[in-house]
Amino acid sequence: MEGVQLNLISKDKLDKMSSMEKIRMILEEVKAGTIVVLESGLTPEEEAKLIELTMLEIDHENFVGIEVETYPYSAGKSFFGKLFGKSKGRLMVIGPANRLKTLQKQEDLITALVKLGE
Amino acid sequence: MGLIAKIRKKFGFLFKWFFKKDRMRIGIYGPPNAGKTTLANRILRDWTGDIIGSASEIPHETRRARLREGVRIEVDGKTLTLDIVDTPGLATKIDFHDFLKFGMSEDEAKRRAKEATEGVIEAIKWLDDLDGVLLVMDSTEDPFTQVNVTIVGNIEARNLPLLIVANKIDLPNASPARIKAAFPQHPVVPVSALKGLNMDNLYKAIAERFG
Repeated sequence: MEGVQLNLISKDKLDKMSSMEKIRMILEEVKAGTIVVLESGLTPEEEAKLIELTMLEIDHENFVGIEVETYPYSAGKSFFGKLFGKSKGRLMVIGPANRLKTLQKQEDLITALVKLGE
Repeated sequence: MGLIAKIRKKFGFLFKWFFKKDRMRIGIYGPPNAGKTTLANRILRDWTGDIIGSASEIPHETRRARLREGVRIEVDGKTLTLDIVDTPGLATKIDFHDFLKFGMSEDEAKRRAKEATEGVIEAIKWLDDLDGVLLVMDSTEDPFTQVNVTIVGNIEARNLPLLIVANKIDLPNASPARIKAAFPQHPVVPVSALKGLNMDNLYKAIAERFG
C-alpha cells in the first residue's frame, strides 16, 4: 500500500529520552521520509537545537529541511512561574519539508497537507 | 546543561533587573525577507549616518551575522547605547531551487543555500549573547509561522526583553493588528523601515523596553 508513514510518540517515551536523543531520533526518521508526531512536543530550546542540526543535515539534493507544526507556547508566566516553572510542550508534528506543508496556522487550529512520495 | 548555566538561565532576568547595563546588545531576528537588514540600516542611518549591509528581495541576502557596536540613541533626553546584531533569517528549510527563480545559476544557488544554512546556525548561537531582541515580522504575511513561534518561545525561555516590529506597513495589504492579535503578550510597533514611517515610536519603545 502506498502512503506516508506516521510515527506517534507518547509523552511517556519522550520523558525518558534526553534532548539529544529526541532530536537525533526525529531527524533520522524525518530524513527517511516519516512524519513524526510528538504527544508532548519539544521545549523552545530543543526546537532551536533541532533547527540547528537540521541545517547541518541539509544536503541540497534529497533533504532540504523540515516542516514543524505546533501551537504557540502558553504565554504569561508569573514571577514564581519564572523561578520554578518548567515549560510544558504541546503536540508537535514534524516532517520532511518536501512532504509536509502548512496550509494555515492559527492559535488553536493548524491545517497541513501531507504529500505522497514522488 | 551544567548547574551554573541552569542557574544563569533561571535567574538571569533577576540579575539583569538589579544590575542594568549601560550598554545593551540587541539582536534583530526574524524570518527571511522580513526586512531585518533594512531596519538595521534605517536605525544606523538615523543615528550614525551609515549602514550595516545590503538588503535584497532575494531571500537569505544576509548570511553572516553583522555586529555594529556603540549606536547611541536619544529619546526624550535619555541616551541609550546599543550594540546591534543583524542576524541571518531563520528558517527550518532551505531549498536551492527557490533561488533559481531569481535568475541564479545552479552552482550559485547551491552556494547561497549552503551559506544560508550556516547563517541560521549562527543566528541561533547569537541568542545566548544578547540582552534583548527586536523581532521583525512582515505585516503583509501570516504571523503564525513556525519560525516566529520558535523565536518567541526561545526569547521567553531566556527571559530576554522582546519588541516585535511589524514591518512593511507602507504596503496596501499590511495588517499589524494581525501580529498584535497573534502575540498579545509582547509589545508590537508598526513601522516601515524602508520608508522610515513611525520610526520615532519605535525608538521610544526601544528606550522603554531596553533602556
